Amino acid sequence: MKQNSISERLINGILKENPTFVLMLGMCPTLAVTTSAINGLGMGLTTMVVLALSNLFISLLRNVIPDKVRIPAFIVVIASFVTVAELLLKAYIPFLYAALGLYIPLIVVNCIILGRAEAYASKNGPLLSLFDGIGMGLGFTCALTIIGAVRELLGAGEVFGMGIMPESYVPCSIFVLAPGAFFVLAALTAIQNKVKIAGEKKGKDMSKIQSGCNSDCMNCADAGCSRRIVNVEQNKSDDLEIIEIGDDEDLLEEQENSTEKEEEGND
Amino acid sequence: MIKELLIILISSSLVSNVVLSQFLGLCPFLGVSKKTGTAAGMGTAVIFVITLASAVAGAIYKYILLPFDLTYLQTIVFILVIAALVQFVEMFLKKFVKSLYQALGVYLPLITTNCAVLGVALTNVQKNYGILTGIVNGFATAVGFTISIVILAGIREKMEYNDIPESFKGMPIVLITAGLMAIAFCGFSGLL
Repeated sequence: MKQNSISERLINGILKENPTFVLMLGMCPTLAVTTSAINGLGMGLTTMVVLALSNLFISLLRNVIPDKVRIPAFIVVIASFVTVAELLLKAYIPFLYAALGLYIPLIVVNCIILGRAEAYASKNGPLLSLFDGIGMGLGFTCALTIIGAVRELLGAGEVFGMGIMPESYVPCSIFVLAPGAFFVLAALTAIQNKVKIAGEKKGKDMSKIQSGCNSDCMNCADAGCSRRIVNVEQNKSDDLEIIEIGDDEDLLEEQENSTEKEEEGND
Repeated sequence: MIKELLIILISSSLVSNVVLSQFLGLCPFLGVSKKTGTAAGMGTAVIFVITLASAVAGAIYKYILLPFDLTYLQTIVFILVIAALVQFVEMFLKKFVKSLYQALGVYLPLITTNCAVLGVALTNVQKNYGILTGIVNGFATAVGFTISIVILAGIREKMEYNDIPESFKGMPIVLITAGLMAIAFCGFSGLL
């Protein structure tokens, strides 16, 4: 299949680089809103609309935005679309607005959106970027709906509000509560690890599969949070030294060193 | 008034813990919790930034957005204010309070992308908190974050030496630990 065709972008987002199952991006909303399948679906579709539109506009503006201020500029574009989505939901789907609450405005800080803006939309044409956003958004929607359905099934014996389990099933309500989210995600990452280990044994390239949230922010945007988390991780052992070193130059040097370390690590 | 603030203090830090029951700020919670020292540093920086950000965001909401009927712009305004504030604090500390900068410096840039900061600012508005109540809420939320990240780091340090099934190594076991902590924190819900 052609590298950058519309259908390739859609399939890439849903399967090959699924933001939740493969890249493990945007975990906060994934855990928080998947108490039921319908909430997951609603959150996924809202994110998809914002992602597709912000990708489109960032791609259109990519030659206008100066390189140095691109991250704040992207955030403003994203925040505008989030506000639009929030107001529309409030007006037309009030029950979803009430269920998702705080997590709608928090779409702004969802790593997937800024990550796609930085990694794809700022380098490619508007049409492809739009479909990249739709593909990624659909992947995110599928993932959230599946996780929501599993939690709802185990926690309430229902899927989309319809009773599925036999009457004798006693709902294990911990799965719709906060701890259940962590357990479901733990199972998910364990399965992912298993696939990754099995694949590596066969000698396949599994570098795309990320494991867990600590690589989350490292992926989201090159210049944003990404490198810095790596730096903190790398600097941890030298932590005390940094505090003792008074000089800013030394601190900078330290960080450069750890960036180099990071690159070596990636190899 | 004081009783009200005390209730907010306890409920935001323990009962509805920002990480374990609201899932905000998961990235640093899972990413910077390998050692208690780093976790405590991150926690302190978060307390500092969230308290300051809720004060500034509260003031902007009350004195600029409300009088001019611009409340629909809150998401855009808050995210920009927080990003600018963190940059400004970093520059200020670097120039004037060297010792604090050396202790918190590495963590400050990380916090811009911490959704807990924006989350607190928005919660304060949603719940119609005044500026003082908002600051207390922000402080309490950040303290809750610090408590949970330090506990998790402590457990992870011990877990280094345990024999864990191969596919559960790394993130999965940390998530299970976080889940068990969330169960423990559910116990606080009877507190109020």
